[in-house]
Amino acid sequence: MGRPGLAVVDGNGCGFAGKLMRRALLIAVPYVWLLALFLIPFFIVLKISLSDVELAIPPYTPTLDLSQGWSGITDFFSQLDFENFVWLTEDDLYWKAYLSSVKIALISTVLTLLVGYPIAYGMARAPAEWRPTLMMLVILPFWTSFLIRVYAWMGILSNEGYLNQILLWLGIISTPLTILNTNTAVYIGIVYTYLPFMILPIYSSLERMDESLIEAAEDLGCSRLKAFWLVTIPLSRPGIIAGCFLVMIPVIGEFVIPSLLGGSSTLMIGKVLWEEFFSNRDWPVASAVAVVLLLILVIPIVLFQRNQQKQTEAEQ
Amino acid sequence: MPFQSDRRTGAALNTNVFAPWEDPQAKPLIQFQNVTKRFGGFTAIDNLSLDIFEQEFFALLGPSGCGKTTMMRMLAGFEKPTDGHIMLGGQDIDPIPPNKRAVNMMFQSYALFPHLSIWENIAFGLRRDNMPKRDLEDRVEEMLRLTRLEQFARRKPHQISGGQRQRVALARSLAKAPKLLLLDEPLGALDKKLRQDTQFELMDIQEKTGTTFVIVTHDQEEAMTVASRVAVMDQGKLMQVSTPDRIYENPNSVYVADFIGDVNIIEGRATANGDEAYQIDWAEGQSPLTATSSTGFSNGQSCHLAIRPEKVTISADRPADAINAVQGKVLDIAYLGNLSTYYVELPNGTIIKAQSANTRRISRRSFTWEDPVWLSWTATAAVLLAN
Repeated sequence: MGRPGLAVVDGNGCGFAGKLMRRALLIAVPYVWLLALFLIPFFIVLKISLSDVELAIPPYTPTLDLSQGWSGITDFFSQLDFENFVWLTEDDLYWKAYLSSVKIALISTVLTLLVGYPIAYGMARAPAEWRPTLMMLVILPFWTSFLIRVYAWMGILSNEGYLNQILLWLGIISTPLTILNTNTAVYIGIVYTYLPFMILPIYSSLERMDESLIEAAEDLGCSRLKAFWLVTIPLSRPGIIAGCFLVMIPVIGEFVIPSLLGGSSTLMIGKVLWEEFFSNRDWPVASAVAVVLLLILVIPIVLFQRNQQKQTEAEQ
Repeated sequence: MPFQSDRRTGAALNTNVFAPWEDPQAKPLIQFQNVTKRFGGFTAIDNLSLDIFEQEFFALLGPSGCGKTTMMRMLAGFEKPTDGHIMLGGQDIDPIPPNKRAVNMMFQSYALFPHLSIWENIAFGLRRDNMPKRDLEDRVEEMLRLTRLEQFARRKPHQISGGQRQRVALARSLAKAPKLLLLDEPLGALDKKLRQDTQFELMDIQEKTGTTFVIVTHDQEEAMTVASRVAVMDQGKLMQVSTPDRIYENPNSVYVADFIGDVNIIEGRATANGDEAYQIDWAEGQSPLTATSSTGFSNGQSCHLAIRPEKVTISADRPADAINAVQGKVLDIAYLGNLSTYYVELPNGTIIKAQSANTRRISRRSFTWEDPVWLSWTATAAVLLAN
């Protein structure tokens, strides 16, 4: 009788070690992923931001020269400095661009929420058999290139564009409106592009809501509007928060929309970044701009993650 | 069930019987006046009239799709009658929206607001009335005490058990002291044991608050236990409205007899045989059965004899004094613990159920499969029904 028992113990020991290995491997995969796709590129950018601009290939100095051994490494590190970050604080273009980006992101998030919430609400209230079709219609624009869709808006919003033609034809205006190359065009472009990111999380939180909660609120003395305000809105809050972050975070760094639809007065950090890289060929300053942008974005991303975590905890 | 019948309707024990429906002077709290409700081509409620009195515990009982939930939703104001009127305290309530009615509802899903604490859930309706802070707090505390939820006041609905949620839903719907409380399958989500305890709690609370309760249920046992009167519904019509004991003992149709409890239905032709007594010819080669009935039957009229299984006696030999006795053999036995139901097959293929209490240990059971047995019942045991 002792032997099978022993065998069981052995088996357990073996299984335990194997389990540890498997677990380590399982944990290692995402870390390797993170290291390769986020941390290494980030440190490269950080290193460039600490370098100086140079007319060479690559257009910055120092570069690490391992052939000179230890002195090459110390030499390399001694040449790194925070000069570019200091420069960002000295020229007011940068902080104005950051501030303007955040402002545009906030305003367009609110606009997207105002447009997206009624659409999500309508979808959630639609007959169940229609919902997949409506969902499809929301996602459909993603199947066309983003760039082409933004160009299409140029065709709509320009002085000779479809919008002005229709308004002139209807007699609402007598001279064409200047929309393209203004902040208005940027807002229209952002709201249009990011609308699905707002609609989908709000829709999913509204769709799960029990219809009888609204009836209960009415039964207890609420008007329809009051029931919406006291029950529907609070219950869709996680969806609203998720949608707002999903729109705001990428919009802060948005580049294509302001450069195609915005005018010379539209100041966004994505555009500044692009100009530093490709017009000025000042990689170190551009990298410094990118590092600061990342630090600014970390705050809403952490808040977003916390919201998501709280929601999953509440659901358990 | 017997406990309930004694307390509410037992004339023998209580001289002051609560039975306003028998008093022609009594004014009903709720009146359905020829109410019809159609959804498109489907008629959910079909020209229905019904009076419900103050302080009643009224049960709407029926299979799913019979219209009982529609009745309740019309009382709450979520549906409007297509035809006819619903009166509450003499006032036509059809044009009044749900948030203005002195009616509250306890939802089947409980519909507790998940983002609010138990305390805030109960206070929700009171806040809509702009009740002064002190009164509001007192009222919420009172409701918490009534439903024994004091220690859960600060919790959220997902942090308490199903039975507690049920009590929160009840407290919330009672907080505004409605004239009428509607309960939609209130105990459906609870397990059997908790359901039984909660039934008595519901009755207690109903008596303490003096509120009129209308309960919708498909569980006949629940309806019988809690209600002062039961309305059995089918396809948008009321089949019978009466006290639980009368519904059980004197069903007015085969449908009601069959829906409430277990029953044997024997079809035959009635022939008058003395005062209020009838002889029923029901099968070739079988001696006729005898039953009494206060409703008249013409000779040769087809009829149905409804006999409850517990009123059928099973024995090995033919009882000497039995008025109705048939012979058969035991086809099946359903053992329910306290009771056993014997399925006895007669020579012509008819199956009759007989129920008897298991007063002896199962190993000493008198009858087993294939045993030849005699079934007998008295003339008054069965109810004679026309349809």
